Amino acid sequence: MRASRLRWLIPAAVVPVLALLAYGFKTDPRGEIPSPLLGRPAAAFSLTTFEGAPLTLEGLRGRVVMLNFWASWCIPACYDEAPALERTWRAYKDKGVTVVGVNIQDKEEAAREFLRRFDNSFPNAPDPRGRVSVDYGVYGVPETFFIDRNGRVRFKHVGALTDEIARRQLDSLLKEPS
Amino acid sequence: MTRGFASAAAAVMLVAALGWAAAATPTAAVRPAPAATKVDEQTVHEVASQLRCVVCQSLSVADSPSETANQMRAIVRERLAAGDSREQVLAYFVEKYGDWILLSPPKSGFTLLVWVVPFVALGIGLVLVAVVVRRWSRPPQGAAASQLDPAVRERIRREMTEMDK
Repeated sequence: MRASRLRWLIPAAVVPVLALLAYGFKTDPRGEIPSPLLGRPAAAFSLTTFEGAPLTLEGLRGRVVMLNFWASWCIPACYDEAPALERTWRAYKDKGVTVVGVNIQDKEEAAREFLRRFDNSFPNAPDPRGRVSVDYGVYGVPETFFIDRNGRVRFKHVGALTDEIARRQLDSLLKEPS
Repeated sequence: MTRGFASAAAAVMLVAALGWAAAATPTAAVRPAPAATKVDEQTVHEVASQLRCVVCQSLSVADSPSETANQMRAIVRERLAAGDSREQVLAYFVEKYGDWILLSPPKSGFTLLVWVVPFVALGIGLVLVAVVVRRWSRPPQGAAASQLDPAVRERIRREMTEMDK
């Protein structure tokens, strides 16, 4: 029978489909998408803090910046990391690090309540039109960007930040010559 | 056998043509909008519909009612108003979020495969169908020996005329 010569067609059709499925099942659908911003100059921003003070990236040139995006409705991750952010700020502010909080997609009163609750003393500013969050390619909250002294984005952390992660990144960036 | 090869070659050429058409569409489909201060909402919608809403599952920025999508639409509008072309607006979002932000994978590099493979597979399928059909339509071995008896042929003709009445 000549048709038997075409028998190889069945595995030829089925095997690639199974291979694709196997690959698809192995990947994490909620996996982190690598930020294209790493190694690139951080986008400039010009915000006004909740206290009414101007806050620009340009004004922080020469310092390592830990830029944290958060919202008061982000439960529990933003609540989990808030004390760590404040501890990091207090431990590193005299070593050349500025922690900056950017409040996105939020109501002003709820955001102020959040800051009072955690007694956060580092500069925090709302991003009412979402320009800064899109400039940093933010997907959700919390996300934290580590910017070196030369104003380049060096590391992005998605999810609640811990003291250990902050310390490891900041120590490594502070060791670099400016 | 030569005819088989000819039809196979024709099918392969068809595949190549389809592949080329798929690769060529991006330049034709996306035309730069003229610089204008007044932005057409239809244009905003068209650009936004090519962007993935970052906080949703499987929704475009044009379709999502979320606050984030609303802000992203405002950014699209603002950039178009500033004189950016559609491609420049899309490029801005790709620069920040990577190709992930585009709902259609770019028709270049690795993701070009997504556009071309279906047409290639279709072409291979057409070639196989052509080959198999040719095989089926070829008269079986010893076909000459089983020529229809003129008497039987006449009877079939008569009965079919009968049925038509």
